[in-house]
Amino acid sequence: MECVGLCDVVLNLGVRNQELARFLASLIGVLLVSGVPLLTVIILILAERKIAARIQDRIGPNRVGPYGLLQTVADLLKLLGKEDITPTAADRILYNAAPIISFGSVVLLWAVIPFMYWNTPEGAANAVVGVNLEIGALFFVAIASLGTLAIMTAGWASNNKYALLGAFRVVALLVSYEIPLVFALVVPVMFAGSMSLVDIVEAQSHMWFVFMAPLAAILFFISSQAETGRAPFDLIEAESELIAGFNIEYSGMKFGMFFAAEFLHVFTNGILMAVLFFGGYLGFFYKAIPPLGFLWLGLKGSLIYFVFLWLRNTVPRLRIDQVMNFNWFFLVPVSIINIMVTSLILKVMQEMGYAPTVFAESSLIGILPLTIVMLLKDAIIIGFILGRLGQEGRKARIEATHAEESLAAAAAGD
Amino acid sequence: MIPLWIYLVMAAALFSIGTFGVLARRNGVAVLMSVELMLNAANINLVAFWRYTNPTEINGMAFAAFVFVIAAAEAAVGLAIIITVYRNRHSVIPEEARTLKG
Amino acid sequence: MGDASFSLIVAFTVFGILTLGGALGVILNRNLFRGTIWLMISLFGVAGHFVLLSAPFLAAVQVLVYIGAIAILFTFAVMLTRSLTQITDRFTRLWWNLGGAIVLFVVLVGAVIWPVWGGFTPGDDILFANVMSTTDLGIALVDRGSDLRQGFVLPFEVASLLLTAAMIGAIVIAREADDEEKGKRG
Repeated sequence: MECVGLCDVVLNLGVRNQELARFLASLIGVLLVSGVPLLTVIILILAERKIAARIQDRIGPNRVGPYGLLQTVADLLKLLGKEDITPTAADRILYNAAPIISFGSVVLLWAVIPFMYWNTPEGAANAVVGVNLEIGALFFVAIASLGTLAIMTAGWASNNKYALLGAFRVVALLVSYEIPLVFALVVPVMFAGSMSLVDIVEAQSHMWFVFMAPLAAILFFISSQAETGRAPFDLIEAESELIAGFNIEYSGMKFGMFFAAEFLHVFTNGILMAVLFFGGYLGFFYKAIPPLGFLWLGLKGSLIYFVFLWLRNTVPRLRIDQVMNFNWFFLVPVSIINIMVTSLILKVMQEMGYAPTVFAESSLIGILPLTIVMLLKDAIIIGFILGRLGQEGRKARIEATHAEESLAAAAAGD
Repeated sequence: MIPLWIYLVMAAALFSIGTFGVLARRNGVAVLMSVELMLNAANINLVAFWRYTNPTEINGMAFAAFVFVIAAAEAAVGLAIIITVYRNRHSVIPEEARTLKG
Repeated sequence: MGDASFSLIVAFTVFGILTLGGALGVILNRNLFRGTIWLMISLFGVAGHFVLLSAPFLAAVQVLVYIGAIAILFTFAVMLTRSLTQITDRFTRLWWNLGGAIVLFVVLVGAVIWPVWGGFTPGDDILFANVMSTTDLGIALVDRGSDLRQGFVLPFEVASLLLTAAMIGAIVIAREADDEEKGKRG
């Protein structure tokens, strides 16, 4: 095993022993990759509250510190100071483990996100990344499913009927929305020809995948909004129906951890979407000044995060049957059709020589025909869907008017 | 590198534990879980043999991938049967579902 | 342990304990939900072994399929049959089965594994070989195969057919009868 990346840096700092250098490098890497998201949460909570307040025509937290900047710290202290209750009927070990799994599953996702460009010797990743897994995209899906497990455990271990009901809903919701999420994820993987997120970013160096697969980007966006359990899909904790859902019995910092995990998950999904569809750290001068790449990634992620919040604060909550119908009768068929057509077109064009097999080694001109065809295909699919939706909506409206008229006629007849 | 026989012994232990669970547990769900353990023991063996004897060919990995498919299908159908039996007979103990027994 | 590096031994031991401990938890635990959690721990340990055996794709699929789908299915089944899951905390013919399992283990180790594979050490060409990657697996799964490389397209298609059949079958079996059907049955 050779010493590259961070290990090399540590070696140059004066640590002579290679084994020790590798260990130190791993330690620093783990601390960085897990520490950054932990610190981000503090900012995220404030940002979310401020943005939600502005959308709802309020000011938001503005009392603690300048512009309310220290509000989160105050909340944190309050949560830490609260009594830590474990219900007597609860399954003590699982009850206490659930928040940890929930938060850990989100932090783990950061291990595969490439942060910025880095020129490394042959054989290593050309990016600053926790670990350049060959199966990065699959890792993301696998780890995300641990979150489902955490919520299920929390709901069951609380020994509370409402918590269990909430957990049931979560599993139904998350397991079904995982399908369009994975199908949308397959499209960038197909384009890049690799599941490594670093390769996916590099494959976008001439054209972002959002221009080649807008439909997949939209599907990914919707289903990741559902995966995080945000409105309009926030049936997990629909206050009016379930009191608070799976986390009803939790108090103090354990509740805080669930909360923080949710906030971080939304932002992580924003970052992942930036990596998969918006070119990750690619941007002006990302090669010359690598930290600028980090800035680009943060900027793109934050913008997508803002749209997530925007959606959350403006769209009303759906009923559970509506959510399920939306998934099984709309998202899943569309994503299956999308994946079939995309793979067919990609393969045919590659065989005929109109599209490059390795995107990173192509050029803007080389990739343009494929982009145009893909855009056209997505436009046709989206147009078809919108047309169908309009038809159905009109039909429903006509039926509603008929029903009203017949009701009125019946009332007049009496 | 870890010697091959340790992997094999571990897989054998896992398989034996699974066998015990299948034979001794009375709850249908627990029996299915034990079957999963046995499938996993087989999978460890497949991947270990692949890595230690023939890593430049694809057989071992491909077979392990097919075991996943079998496991998923088995779990889905098995649990569906258990839930149906429970709904009709209010029991999850396989021995008590003996309507079809002559 | 030969020339295995220290970190490798530590990792193997940890995953081995997870695997076997979790398996014991599954069969010994009376509470089925906890049994499911133990099952997940055990399967997670197996995923770790896959990583050590340089098959990261299988490890990820293990976590995705087993922990993300199968274990969730099990928790569902446990909860749907909840009221009766606590009663069945006895084993059937405990000592016979325990003895049988131990005999099975001893026979497997003593008669199969130790004599045949006990002294087996792979050559350097295998230890440091270019292990097949995820891409190779993906290509092989949809390849017809030739003299040069193996292809698994037929088993792959059969497997997908099996999955579809299992899915439809599970839905048909577990679906509650509609009101009309109930009426027909009387």
